[in-house]
Amino acid sequence: MPPGTKVFDFDWLFGHFGQIGERLVQHLQLTILPLVLGIIISLVLAVWAVRQPRVYAPVTAITGLLYTIPSLAAFAVLRPITGLSLLTAIIPLTTYTLLILFRSFAAGFTAVPAEILEAAEGMGYTRRQRLFRVELPLAVPLIIAGVRLASVTTIGLATIAAVLGDAFGGLGQLITEGIQGFFPTKYLLGAALSVLLAFAADFLFVRFERVVTPWAHAKAGVR
Amino acid sequence: MDGVVAFFTDPANWQGTTGIPNRLLEHLVISGLSIAVATLIAVPIGLYIGHTNRGSGLAINLANIGRAIPSYAMMVIPLPLTLSLAPVLGYDPTFGLDFLPIFLAMTFLAIPPLLVSTYAGLRSVDRDLIEAGRGMGLRERQILGRIELPIASSIIVGGFRTATLQVIATATIGAILSGGGLGRFIFDGLNQGLAGRSSIYAGAILVASLAIGVDLVLSRVQRRLTPVALRAPRRSGRSGPASVVGGPDLAAPAGGAA
Repeated sequence: MPPGTKVFDFDWLFGHFGQIGERLVQHLQLTILPLVLGIIISLVLAVWAVRQPRVYAPVTAITGLLYTIPSLAAFAVLRPITGLSLLTAIIPLTTYTLLILFRSFAAGFTAVPAEILEAAEGMGYTRRQRLFRVELPLAVPLIIAGVRLASVTTIGLATIAAVLGDAFGGLGQLITEGIQGFFPTKYLLGAALSVLLAFAADFLFVRFERVVTPWAHAKAGVR
Repeated sequence: MDGVVAFFTDPANWQGTTGIPNRLLEHLVISGLSIAVATLIAVPIGLYIGHTNRGSGLAINLANIGRAIPSYAMMVIPLPLTLSLAPVLGYDPTFGLDFLPIFLAMTFLAIPPLLVSTYAGLRSVDRDLIEAGRGMGLRERQILGRIELPIASSIIVGGFRTATLQVIATATIGAILSGGGLGRFIFDGLNQGLAGRSSIYAGAILVASLAIGVDLVLSRVQRRLTPVALRAPRRSGRSGPASVVGGPDLAAPAGGAA
């Protein structure tokens, strides 16, 4: 740091609310879109894997393999193919959610005790009714735990999308610009906001889970 | 694809500070050091709270908070400090940019899975066994060493695998801070436009192979460390030994199951 630079310049902060807000909105976009896509894909895969247990191992292996691709490389590799479009950021961010979401969804569905399923069958539920009225509600805590972890992970990985350039932005862009310009205020702000965003998402899902699954309160212990 | 083959067969990419061997070494050094330091911090704490069950809520909550912090953010937060401490502590300022912050962030990244798995491993031990040990006159230390640790070891190594995978994969972004390691092939390739594509692919292949290779070795270690009586048959159902690629710490969504 050159001597004389303030570690945190509050005047800059107050003068740039517009820019900061824009980055924050971009970051939310980079988080929510992949998360929604990931949830839809994983839900389909998980339901499939529960019906056809053979499917579980290959899906885990493939989503696991996708997960080992370093995020930096995934963005870099896609850039020449999909160009400087939002898609280049969304594709890897979506694939990174799949392993977490698929495993937790599948675990949620298989965690439903066999007696309960039999009881539902005994009551004359069709397979579809059983899925929506019994299996899904009981799987909710594990599903939300998965979504929570996936959202926090995506918020973190989205900061790296900024290496692709200004077009994607997000809070990572503030960090990258701050580092390149030797301006600590900017990168510290980007970092702090991404941390706060991750905490907020985490907190939100914990609350949400409590609200939608009042019956699971008692065993909420170690999470 | 031809470009990638050319990249790997070009002798220039196998020598010097920017060659594959040196980048691999840099990657191993920063990952290894961070994981070693994280293990020294997290495992004793995990053993203590797992054995006594004291302060477990606090420790697990802190670990969860740690997990939520984006790694890229974690790398730049200590930056003002590591840069301005250089003249005070007398190290090279570049060391405060391209090594220290990355090392700190990676250590921080490895602590939660190690801490949580050590704790979960110890808590997974059947209380009756511990009571039996106490009844036989074992001291607390002996209970920890002879009963709890052997039974928990495979879960602890499971956490070590997760931590290692995460650190190896995440250390690549250290290249953004001009750090060394395999991430350089990716980041440098990114800055070369179209010409850099093969370097990007090669970097990705190298990092992924390193992660998978290290994980394979660790999965062997994990199996070895599991007491024979507790070993699962080689091919078991859906909850078999973590797949070749462990991925993120799934202890959370799976509700604490290893």
